[in-house]
Order: sequence, then structure tokens, then C-alpha cells
Amino acid sequence: MPRVAFTRNLQRHVACPPCVVAGATVRESLEAAFASYPKLRGYVLDEHGVLRFHMAVFVDGVPIEDRRGLGDPVSESAEICVMQALSGG
Amino acid sequence: MSDQLLISTRKGLFSARRTGKGAWALENVFFLGDNVSLTMQDPRDGAWYAALDHGHFGAKLHRSRDRGATWEEIGVPAYPAPPEGHVEKDFLGREIPWRLIRFWCLTPGLTSQPGLLWAGTLPGGLFWSEDLGATWQMVESLWNMPERRKWAGGGADVPGIHSVCVDPRNGDRVVVAVSSGGVWVTTDLGQTWTARTKGMRADYAPPELVEAPESQDPHRLVQCPARPDHWWVQHHNGIFRSTDDAMSWTEITDVKPSVFGFPVVVHPKDPDTAWFVPAIKDEKRIPAEGRVVVNRTRDGGRSFETLHKGLPQGWAYDLVYRHALDLDASGERLAFGSTTGSVWISENQGDDWLTLAEHLPPVHAVAFV
Repeated sequence: MPRVAFTRNLQRHVACPPCVVAGATVRESLEAAFASYPKLRGYVLDEHGVLRFHMAVFVDGVPIEDRRGLGDPVSESAEICVMQALSGG
Repeated sequence: MSDQLLISTRKGLFSARRTGKGAWALENVFFLGDNVSLTMQDPRDGAWYAALDHGHFGAKLHRSRDRGATWEEIGVPAYPAPPEGHVEKDFLGREIPWRLIRFWCLTPGLTSQPGLLWAGTLPGGLFWSEDLGATWQMVESLWNMPERRKWAGGGADVPGIHSVCVDPRNGDRVVVAVSSGGVWVTTDLGQTWTARTKGMRADYAPPELVEAPESQDPHRLVQCPARPDHWWVQHHNGIFRSTDDAMSWTEITDVKPSVFGFPVVVHPKDPDTAWFVPAIKDEKRIPAEGRVVVNRTRDGGRSFETLHKGLPQGWAYDLVYRHALDLDASGERLAFGSTTGSVWISENQGDDWLTLAEHLPPVHAVAFV
């Protein structure tokens, strides 16, 4: 099952420990994580479910293509990293 | 009189306290490192609200019921999803996202309206909450108003509502000011809206649009609590005053060193007394001659005193944003903070000033609590 890890800078604001989730896409995987930590959603996605402009998501080290739909596929062993983009610093 | 000041800055919310006659000191900081865009104390229950603007994680709202000892994160407004295929553009053809960018104003309802809060935001949405910020609803009548499409960025890349005034006589009557997009009033708790800009003019607009409501860029709008027919606006174009409940505005001209600026405050009981922080208009946006001064009128704008005792009078380039000047409820104590991290306080309506801080992060807003 995919593993999702969040930038440590997010953990200052909201609980978001690394978690193993069920999901075949980035969207499904993140939604599974948000189900455990509901406040986390608004820090990563905007009110329309779009990845925030200054956030970045990597799947096995590769930035995702679909920042709006989060439809990028993830494998059973995928490592999903939710990071800050330097642009927002 | 208030003995405590909250200072919202680019890197945290600072608290200062009066330590004796004419003496104030910083005493605490909350959200250190985070961008705090504004704070508000609700006079109904004393709660503090702090709006955060995380560069990465979006706009958030926090509340403290124990004067900062503990904070809880509460709800934030959500913009509606735009219609399928709709690309929103401002008056100048630039795209406007339908999403919350920043809180620019928080205003409590009246005592007779428990739980009611108003939030003005970028990019131009007005929201209200009936449960002290747990949940929010957009005021769709204003967002869907055709004239709203003629708003444009002013002070920010997108339009924003920075002033929300709830009429102390009737809480269904609310006046909002938009940079850049005019002054709008509702008398039916947000169901319908009417422009209230008669007498304002916008020299920066094409001749055909100089008097158009949507062209007006009020930087800050205030209403005298004890004489609510009396209003002041620090406008991009200058200073305007209304004595007929915003039905018409009179321009105040020939104010030295400048009629340009961002903030204005009005005395809570005397509508003829108001304070401004002038700056050179408008691309430079620095104090004239490097001197930080505050302008005060006591006669409704017929004359102004330029107050400077205790303020830097050379090589000072402090700019004061629209929410960064405050007057306490007594009308005696003033404070203002600058983009270069200075904060000054007066205990005698601006006659004398003391320096509270010189090295804070850029100041967005100050509020006596």
C-alpha cells in the first residue's frame, strides 16, 4: 500500500504523521490520509480540492502532473511526499 | 482606556502592554514566524481572533478566549466553485481565482446579533458566520452582483474587502469598502447592495470612469460610533467625508504634507476628529521628506494639525498600511505600525508619541484590546 509522508513544517500546524493508505491515485491516497486527519486537508488543498499553489507532491521522487485532479496513479509500493514548494517561502 | 496592543506582523502576532504612564513594552509573541494579517477583539465576549496567511498552507483563522494563553483553529470561508468553464477576470482582464486568498477584515455583529461575524477577503468575497467562525457562508448577492465584475486589484493583485462597518443603530445595515471597487451598502442584511460613492472621484481612471462607483479605491472606511451618520474615507485619491450617512461625500483638499495615505481612524464620540498617516502619492509611497507624521483634524477636515513629537523627522521611510493605525475606545490612545517594523503609541490623541518598537517584522495591523 502507498505510504504518504508530509513535510515536517506542516506538523507544526496540524497533525500529519506518515501513514500507509489504500489508494490507486494521488487523490485516493491523500483522501485516505485526510480521513484520519481532517484538518490536514485545508493545508494541502484549497476549497476546491486543488493542490495549493505553493505545495508540491512527489510520487517516488517525481512531481505529479495533475495538480488539479490529482489523478496521477500510484503503485502499491509508492512513496508519496507532500512538500512545500520553494516558491511560497 | 486600553492598556494592551496587538501587533499583527509578517512574522508573528506581538503583544505590548502599558507598564506605566507613558511607558509601553512588548511582552509576548504568538505564532512566531507565521504571517498574521490581522487581529480582532470581539467586544461581545472579549475573544481574540487572529487571521493567518500561510504562504504555503492557505489562510487560517484562530481564536483565543483567554487573551492569548491558548488558541484554537476555527473555520475558514470557502469560495464557491466557478461554473464549468468559467474563467473569472477582473476589470482589466486579469484572471481572478475563486478561492480564499487572505482575510482582509473581521468585524463582529452587534450585541443583539450573538454569534455573527463578518469577514472581508481577497479576492473580493464577503462572508458571514452565525456561529463565531465555526462555519461561514458567502454573501452571494454581492459576489454575483454584475458591478462586482468591474472591481480590480488595489493594494493587492486582486480585489479585496478591507472595511466592513455594521451600523450601530441597525445590524441589518452594513457598509463595505473595496480596493478597488467602491463603497457598497446593504440595508437588508446582505440581500441587496447599492453603491454609495456620490462625490468621490478617481483621478487615476479614464475620464469616462472618474466618478464610476467601481473606479473608487477607498483605502479605508470608518464610521463614527456615536454619530453614525458621519463617515471618513482615506481614498487613493485623497480624503473624503460624509455627514449624511454616506449618501454623499465631500473631498477634503489642500492637506499638508499629502492627502494620500492608507489608514484613517475617527474619534468614537466626536465625528469631526479623525487621524491620518500621510504619504507621498502614489508610486513612491513613502513619508514626505523622510519625516513620519500623523495628521489630525478636529473640525471635520477644515484644518489639520501635523503631529510629529516623538516621531522620526529624517531619513525615515515607514509606510503605514490601512489597518495599521488604531484608536482605543476612549479616543485618547493611538498606535500605528509600519512596513519597516516600527510601532509608535500616543496617550494624548497624537500630541506626543513614544517608540514602542523599531525592529519588528513588517506590520500589517495594530489593534488595542
